[in-house]
Amino acid sequence: MTTMTNATPETDHAPAARVRAGAFRPRQLLRSLPDALRKLDPRHQIRYPVMFVVWVGALATTVLAIAHPSLFAWSITVWLWATVVFANLAESVAEGRGKAQADSLRKARTTAMARRLHGDDTEESVPGTALEVGDLVVVEAGEVIPSDGDVVDGVASVDESAVTGESAPVIRESGGDRSSVTGGTRILSDRIVVRITAKAGETFLDRMISLVEGSARQKTPNEIALNLLLASLTLIFLLAVVTLQPFAVYSGQAQPLIVLVALLVCLIPTTIGALLSAIGIAGMDRLIQRNVMALSGRAVEAAGDVDVLLLDKTGTITLGNRQAVEVVPAGQVTEVELAEAAQMSSLADETPEGRSVVVLAKERYGMRLLFHDQLPTATFVPFTAQTRMSGVDVQTHSGLRQIRKGAASAVMAWVRENGGHPTADVGEAVDSISASGGTPLVVAEQRGDGPARALGVIHLKDVVKSGLRERFDELRRMGIRTVMITGDNALTARAIAAEAGVDDYLAEAKPEDKMALIKAEQAAGRMVAMTGDGTNDAPALAQADVGVAMNTGTSAAKEAGNMVDLDSNPTKLIEVVAIGKQLLITRGALTTFSIANDVAKYFAIIPAMFAGLYPQLDRLNLMGLSSPESAMLSAVIFNALIIVALIPVALRGVRYRPRGASAMLRGNLLVYGVGGLIAPFVGIKLIDLVVSLLPGF
Amino acid sequence: MPVALAAVLQVGFLVLLLAAVHVPLGNYMAGVYSGKRHLRAERAVYRIGGIDPDSDQHWSVYARSLLAFSAVSILVLYLLLRLQAYLPLSLGMTGLAPDGAWNTAVSFVTNTNWQWYSGESTMGHLAQMGGLAVQNFLSAAVGIAVAIALVRGFARQGTDRIGNFWVDLVRGTVRILLPIAFLAAIVLVIGGAVQNFDGAREVTTITGEPQSIVGGPIASQEAIKNLGTNGGGFFNANSAHPFENPTAWTNLVEIFLLLVIPFSLPRTFGRMVGNHRQGTAIVSVMATLWLAAVTITTWAEMRGFGTVPGAAGGAMEGKELRFGPAASALFGASTTGTSTGSVNSFHDSYTGLGGGVTLLNMMLGEVAPGGVGAGLYGMLVMAVLAVFLAGLMVGRTPEYLGKKIGRKQVTLVALYILTMPTLLLAGAAITAASPALVDASVQESGPHGLTEILYAYASTVNNNGSAFAGFGANTPYQNTALGLAMLFGRFVPIALVLALAGSLASQRKVSETTGTLPTHGPVFVGLLGFVVLIVAGLTFFPALALAPLSEALL
Repeated sequence: MTTMTNATPETDHAPAARVRAGAFRPRQLLRSLPDALRKLDPRHQIRYPVMFVVWVGALATTVLAIAHPSLFAWSITVWLWATVVFANLAESVAEGRGKAQADSLRKARTTAMARRLHGDDTEESVPGTALEVGDLVVVEAGEVIPSDGDVVDGVASVDESAVTGESAPVIRESGGDRSSVTGGTRILSDRIVVRITAKAGETFLDRMISLVEGSARQKTPNEIALNLLLASLTLIFLLAVVTLQPFAVYSGQAQPLIVLVALLVCLIPTTIGALLSAIGIAGMDRLIQRNVMALSGRAVEAAGDVDVLLLDKTGTITLGNRQAVEVVPAGQVTEVELAEAAQMSSLADETPEGRSVVVLAKERYGMRLLFHDQLPTATFVPFTAQTRMSGVDVQTHSGLRQIRKGAASAVMAWVRENGGHPTADVGEAVDSISASGGTPLVVAEQRGDGPARALGVIHLKDVVKSGLRERFDELRRMGIRTVMITGDNALTARAIAAEAGVDDYLAEAKPEDKMALIKAEQAAGRMVAMTGDGTNDAPALAQADVGVAMNTGTSAAKEAGNMVDLDSNPTKLIEVVAIGKQLLITRGALTTFSIANDVAKYFAIIPAMFAGLYPQLDRLNLMGLSSPESAMLSAVIFNALIIVALIPVALRGVRYRPRGASAMLRGNLLVYGVGGLIAPFVGIKLIDLVVSLLPGF
Repeated sequence: MPVALAAVLQVGFLVLLLAAVHVPLGNYMAGVYSGKRHLRAERAVYRIGGIDPDSDQHWSVYARSLLAFSAVSILVLYLLLRLQAYLPLSLGMTGLAPDGAWNTAVSFVTNTNWQWYSGESTMGHLAQMGGLAVQNFLSAAVGIAVAIALVRGFARQGTDRIGNFWVDLVRGTVRILLPIAFLAAIVLVIGGAVQNFDGAREVTTITGEPQSIVGGPIASQEAIKNLGTNGGGFFNANSAHPFENPTAWTNLVEIFLLLVIPFSLPRTFGRMVGNHRQGTAIVSVMATLWLAAVTITTWAEMRGFGTVPGAAGGAMEGKELRFGPAASALFGASTTGTSTGSVNSFHDSYTGLGGGVTLLNMMLGEVAPGGVGAGLYGMLVMAVLAVFLAGLMVGRTPEYLGKKIGRKQVTLVALYILTMPTLLLAGAAITAASPALVDASVQESGPHGLTEILYAYASTVNNNGSAFAGFGANTPYQNTALGLAMLFGRFVPIALVLALAGSLASQRKVSETTGTLPTHGPVFVGLLGFVVLIVAGLTFFPALALAPLSEALL
């Protein structure tokens, strides 16, 4: 069965851009109840126009029920208040999930003293909160870093678990792209001098706390637009209900106010109105759970709109260093001879590439592992930018043996200078390795005063991370193009791009090229996302619509981006995009559901309202509801309960699979549009069966 | 031939004809509004008006030009009607009273053609030709101009200019409406419609009684009445009158005329935005809604619930024998679907269901296919709404034709969608709430009477102009209130649409990817049709339940 075989790999590969479901336990509802009741305060309610109308309606029916008590009036009143409380509950539960995290962060926020340095190298002890931007402080092993800053002197290992949750210590050192430290983290070893970059109360930790608590949450552009639409729908329904009374009077049967209020509350989009704020908070929360701090809500939405992902090759697409994968001997030379020479030349080479040559020689060709101090007669020739090669000179019985390893042109030149003639097969091997995206290193030797000769070529290869191709395929289905940015030449870039499955690449890229690419994409109407960590990434991070800065990066990069990834995992950008999309989809789906619900509510309430006047309208009572009172109450109860039923969906987000827009629209319309039409017919009927058992209904 | 087969063939023929014509006509109209050349006659107009035809306008200037032009038009027409007695070709008719003149002036300038009066006993030839017919051309050209301005909003990018109102007005009149109306008038004359300059002629009929028979420039007015989706008849009986609409085949010609521009404009839209599939999607929604309305009305009228209709083979009250129920229902569904409002039968006498469909057709906001221009811009606004509602469900900020639907666009669309129901429901509710107003105007009691009130306000707010005959509109209150309904129902949405056009034109286009919500194809067509129906349905269901629905379910 093809469907089954297709399904298996999906579950095996941790599905890339699929969003994990956040946990939701019914107990949370109960725990959030007191907070939900506190939110009945009208000053809170007025911020949400749809729910405010319900609040006013509930107040009105309360007055009416007190004036003319009846079971019907009180039942409607109680359920209208319940509708408001359920809406508050949704928001409280969403907020509650961030509270625990905020508390643990607060513990890390330092109140410790800081050792401020003066120009004359004297120290003074000041409270951490008194620090100002530009101050220099000294931090030593065991101490907590008092505020955000950049290391200007020294190197230290830092425990950042308070912020990132990752217990393995990280290295922070002055200069370079790993210089930023976060207030509240602890130095484990050594001593550093930090220049403070954040004012008290505005540190990264402070921002994180307000972010997870939801207190800093501002409505995002789409949310504002949706709120506007919901408010105008509410107005339309208000109008329809208000004008219904004169028509009813004209027809000869005025309606009780309580019935009109019930009709109004059922029609206005309470479901989405109640859940909108919870959806927004939960969306942010999903990012936080993945250790991504979105510094603006706008960025989360923008993530859903991204058309182009710019991915740095190194660290994102490849493992970050090239590795030797084979040796290609030239002429009469055997592979073992070549491997031996390559190993010798690399013994003192501490770069990852150099070490990988030694590893290859040992693993593939069974060479005994040598250490460079085991060759007392050897003199190592270090790599320089001028010679572009490194090597070793060894005294042997037959005289001096010089081995050189390096860029093809440099080593070939060395061979010619020393009387040799590189054979044609070396050039061919070099070209074929380059064409495949690898980096060729030519190895040559000169024994005594004889002519130098090229021994062969080492094939260095970028190792592409596994599982990326599938992720890029998913992105492509979502309509997102991936562009790999690399400093490599075009040939190498093309080969790696093809292997990783990205759509495009930018080769020999300088920081300004990256910037130009972003601007060009934006000019063509596309939204661009990128990750970066270095100071020279900062302008591009600021220019991109979504810029995710790595937490290990510089303060400049973290300032410029609109998100910070605490795990410093560039591939996470893909998840961020998925979360952004899921947020928008959840809003759209619940809006559609909410509006589609109204059809059934009309069919429940309108025949009930005018049953006495026009008995023929009972033919619209498709659900066969037992009595007019029961019909109205059942619609109101359904309207309230559906909010509670959908809280888990609002918090988790609707199920999201990366696929094309057409398929996604079709699927979601079917579930939330058609489902929204049908569900209340069933729900109201079931509630009616229960309500009709009550006396008086 | 069985009647049912005849009905199907008639609709089928019309559909084929429209399908054939809408492509060349739509392309031609796109060319008219995109071209750089000016005709000599147009140049003369621009010179007289002091207009620079090559300069584009900011949306607010476009809107101001349009509103100023319409205000002057209302004033001129008002004076012409008031002073009729002192002007030539009055045929001895007196000037109109202030409330009546106001109502009629607004009615014709807003493309509504709501008529509280009988044309043959109120209007002289100058008022008919120099006043009403002129506005039949100009108000139609204004409608198309607004639609074109909105289309430019989608087609252009990074500009604050949406075209030149005066150029659009002149070109629409000179290059589209005049030539087609001219041809159509000749066809109608061939079909037997009257065209002369006679006044009333006294004749003695075969029973020996004297009768006054009115002639006049009828065929020429008939052509633009339908082509421009105006609807104001030369005679009170409108297209039911044999001088306006003599035979079954002129009837079909008239239906074709009132549908042809609204059904062709989506093609113009597709061409101007450079993607014909977008136009096809819009026209598909319009055609589906129109066909559904035609089918239900025809079925209701031919089925003719009740004893008498059963015996007559259909609900024949208020219908002409030469047309029969099917051709009447086709006309009725088309004229209310296009905001034309001309009638060949009396909607008041339709069955509860058939009459209800004509009412609902207007309550949809006149988008199936709607008035000239108004239908397209109305449907595009609904498309923006549909895109916003469903667009979120594909996980992106909603965008239509590469333009993002953000806060500003949603605000304008929301106000547009609020305007019509507010005016309609408030207007109808005020009349229904006042026993004095009910006594003065409403003939029937019970659901039918309520339908009459709702119909009057639905017809005027949506600039349709047809009437549910039982409603006596000629009272100072109704003349004034319905005049206001027409005025605001026309120009508030137009101002909002132009603002929307401006906000769209200034945006840069977002590129389309497989992640973009596709706005063509069956899923979107179904969605848009559903949004149109549900917006109107949710707004008007309570009112409809008390009026035509209660009647239809009896």
